[in-house]
Amino acid sequence: MSLIRLENISRRYQMGGETIHALREVSLDIQRGEYVAIMGPSGSGKSTLMNLIGCLDTPTAGRYELNGVSVSEMGDNQLAEIRNREIGFIFQTFNLLPRADALRNVELPLIYSGKPAAERRRIALEVLAGVGLADRVHHKPNEMSGGQRQRVAVARALANRPSLLLADEPTGNLDSKTGREILALFDELFQKGHTIIVVTHEEAVARNARRIIRILDGLIASDERMDGRESKVEGQKTGADGRAVPAPDGTAP
Amino acid sequence: MNFLTELREGLSISWSAIRANKLRSVLTTLGIIIGIVTVTLMGTAIEGLHQSFLKTISFIGADVLYVQIEDWGPHSRLEWVNMQKRRAITVEQAATLASELTAARAVAPVMTSRERIRFRKRSASNVQIVGSTEDFFLTGGVSVAAGRFFSASEAAGGRPVCVIGSLVATNLFPNESPLGERIKIDQQPFEVVGVLEKLGTFLDTSIDNQAIIPLPQLIAGFENTHNLDQIQVKVKAGADLDDARDELHSVMRKIRHLAPADADDFAINQQDQILEMVHKVTGTIATIGLFITGLSLCVGGIGIMNIMFVSVAERTREIGVRKAIGAKRRTILLQFLIEAATICLIGGLVGLGIAWPVTLLMQRFLPAALSLSTIGVALLVSLVTGVLSGIFPAWRAARMNPVDALRNE
Repeated sequence: MSLIRLENISRRYQMGGETIHALREVSLDIQRGEYVAIMGPSGSGKSTLMNLIGCLDTPTAGRYELNGVSVSEMGDNQLAEIRNREIGFIFQTFNLLPRADALRNVELPLIYSGKPAAERRRIALEVLAGVGLADRVHHKPNEMSGGQRQRVAVARALANRPSLLLADEPTGNLDSKTGREILALFDELFQKGHTIIVVTHEEAVARNARRIIRILDGLIASDERMDGRESKVEGQKTGADGRAVPAPDGTAP
Repeated sequence: MNFLTELREGLSISWSAIRANKLRSVLTTLGIIIGIVTVTLMGTAIEGLHQSFLKTISFIGADVLYVQIEDWGPHSRLEWVNMQKRRAITVEQAATLASELTAARAVAPVMTSRERIRFRKRSASNVQIVGSTEDFFLTGGVSVAAGRFFSASEAAGGRPVCVIGSLVATNLFPNESPLGERIKIDQQPFEVVGVLEKLGTFLDTSIDNQAIIPLPQLIAGFENTHNLDQIQVKVKAGADLDDARDELHSVMRKIRHLAPADADDFAINQQDQILEMVHKVTGTIATIGLFITGLSLCVGGIGIMNIMFVSVAERTREIGVRKAIGAKRRTILLQFLIEAATICLIGGLVGLGIAWPVTLLMQRFLPAALSLSTIGVALLVSLVTGVLSGIFPAWRAARMNPVDALRNE
């Protein structure tokens, strides 16, 4: 069973009197344990795709199954629960709560999932230690470097053991050295079996992923695997699939 | 997550938000503080007014019925004039009433006059002279501070004795004890046998400016009539007031020879009627006063609403993050509601802290005290103001689309 299965997903927006087709009948499968980069220029629809995958938004048409559960018809509160349980967000601008220390920021998703205080603290300390911030748990965001902040954000994303880590330009606000550190952290998480989707427009960032999906004008333009196996936009599978991952179909114009 | 965690979480978030914007929070709270101070002071003043009304009528016993030709209730001038034309109630009727009533503990005929009292060089003018019997001690709501009330034999024999009100005592006897002294009411000498406890004022006149003498003395010396002002009937302990009233009513009708078809030509009054009027008056004052002061609280509430909108707008991104991480609508709604309510509650507490010393000052004029119920109501009102003014901004925050909220710079 795919972790993520998008079937003919469309998303339209009304802007003024104009209808904008941000996504046009996109179909996509992502398996558990994959490390995927979604690329595309601004306006291509990659952010829309990320928002849909992240259950922040619902499609205008089509069907989205996350972990076997159809989420495309869910209401606000159900989506909130899904986001809380299944998805860990990592943002370009970190989006930590400025007045809360690292520990509290990481505890936040645990609070929303209703974990008792002692357990919250234990888990938060554990994941913070996991991202190398054991000695920074009581620092507030403005007392930390950009890299440390992003690590807190990663720890927060990991707190509820989500099925999916969804990172939006995770290195966009970091210098290249720190950026590489964060990407190394992603790699480590990938090796541990986490499913990671990184949305980026930086080729260098995307190269760390094992699969790159390029979006253009609301369509999947290409879907390539970095380990030599590539599935063309036409949907042909090229090469053997060593990881028992069926190559996803990309719909093309 | 359960409601309690949500509540605690909301409290800690709002506390840190309030602390993060100290000046703004203080200014916003000021509106609520002013509102709560005015409402609390108004409430306390009205309660004080009410208490002082009640205190002044406390000499009207709850278990005493007053038989008079006129009714106490509100009536038109014509009704009043007609009532004045009724046959007087006489001393003889009072005597018959006393012998026939079974539910009465005391029946006191009361006749009054106004005279000047003199003691040596000092004098007190316009003193109310009450002529009655020893039963007046039970019906009149008076108690003796010094000396004694006059006895039954003194009352019947018409010995020239008197019991004086506290104001008369202090006016005529500033330095010495009045007991045993002879005062002159008009020209006639009376021996002071007792001094009454202070009663206070009623309708702006001191009811301590009185002297009580045996009824025969008043009739013989001053009034020269057998027409009474009223008969005071104190109901026996444990007897039902309404039953006693019914008995009194039928006996009075018999005494005054009324045919079954005749309307009453007398009235039986009781404390309830006055209480009702007092309640009505203070109720009206309270409604108007609290409405006007409530407006200031309303202004404070609008201030809160305004600042909550600002707070929501400022924290749009935070709302987006929280939603992305799994906050439900209810969680966000509660967070901002709690913030508004916390600001208002703090305002309420500070307001009470300011109002309290002012009520102490008010106690010089009114029997007013900041009661526990006023404190409770003030806090409740500030809480409700917070929730009411917070609900709209909070609702807006709760309904935000996470995608748009996250995009907000």
